[in-house]
Amino acid sequence: MFSTESFLKAFLPHRGDAIVVPGRGGKHWVKISDQPDLDLPMGDPAMGGHAAFAFGLALAQPKRRVVLFDSEGDVQMGLGILLTIAEQKPANFYHFMLDNECYATTGGQPVPNAKNVNYEMLAKGAGYPRAYSFTELDAVVAALPEILGKPGPVFVAMKVHADVENKPIGERVRWRKRSWTQVIGDLQRKLGIAA
Amino acid sequence: MNDAARAHLSPEVVLNQLKQHGVTHVVWLPDSETNWLYLLMKADPSLTLVAVPREGLACSVAAGLAVGGAVPVILIQNTGLMESGDSIRGWLFGLEIPVVLVVGMRGWTRHGAPTADTASVYTEPFLNAFRINYYLVESDDDAGRISVAFNESKKSRRPVAVLVGDEYQFNG
Repeated sequence: MFSTESFLKAFLPHRGDAIVVPGRGGKHWVKISDQPDLDLPMGDPAMGGHAAFAFGLALAQPKRRVVLFDSEGDVQMGLGILLTIAEQKPANFYHFMLDNECYATTGGQPVPNAKNVNYEMLAKGAGYPRAYSFTELDAVVAALPEILGKPGPVFVAMKVHADVENKPIGERVRWRKRSWTQVIGDLQRKLGIAA
Repeated sequence: MNDAARAHLSPEVVLNQLKQHGVTHVVWLPDSETNWLYLLMKADPSLTLVAVPREGLACSVAAGLAVGGAVPVILIQNTGLMESGDSIRGWLFGLEIPVVLVVGMRGWTRHGAPTADTASVYTEPFLNAFRINYYLVESDDDAGRISVAFNESKKSRRPVAVLVGDEYQFNG
């Protein structure tokens, strides 16, 4: 296992001009990213939808690479979208999943069958042409050129430490500095999309 | 003209409405009200069909499409609409996504005749609870309401629903 933050820092040099949907890694990514106008740190509009959202974005922007840092809790909740992604085969979609085996933002309760789910197999079974699993940071960092060097869709499951939050929501530090409207507007201006 | 003739809703008319408003992607899960429309859409090279296995996912897919500059429409049944509540709240209202949901009204009886199917009983209360405006379309004469929904959605940056109150009639 490794920390989400250490992976995101290692990923940064490989980003290029990709749009990044940082998902549950957002609170770290906003401090790491050097191209915030290409980031969509959405927090949690509704759980289970990050992959579908990033996939829709990839369909709309087929010439632009879209990278998602999903979570295993979100994947479990929206598992069916893996089939849709595999059917549409967006070559610009790179689906990374941070698996901390729990619902960290609600106190760290384990997700169903937390330690025994083979997400790589689930993705392959859904029809993803490529899927990987990693438990060590060095291994995933070494594989990044291969992962990102070939067309998507690709699924990458990674075991990470949980950043468990137990404070009442009202007492937590708010890491999102831009509203959803601002984030979307900044991206659309960067991409030359008329709102 | 009898009721059946008046109620005729042809898929060509609906498809024409979608194309008039620049729809690029149809995010959908099939239902009996939209099957013939599916066959037409599938044959149209200007549309990309994105099938989802659960209706709530259609909302987040559509949100991503809209943010990326595409023009999605969501095509689902009323049963799936009700399943999609939190996704509508978070992904569509939260992100201010202008999108039309074309919703097949399973269980709808035009003249209020009793039915054992409860799906339509809860549909309008659900839409009202979510403050989603909606327009009922039962025949070709109502097709202009689809344009009203698209224009309202674009102007308000909110989801707007079109309720399809008749199974499509095949003209082939």
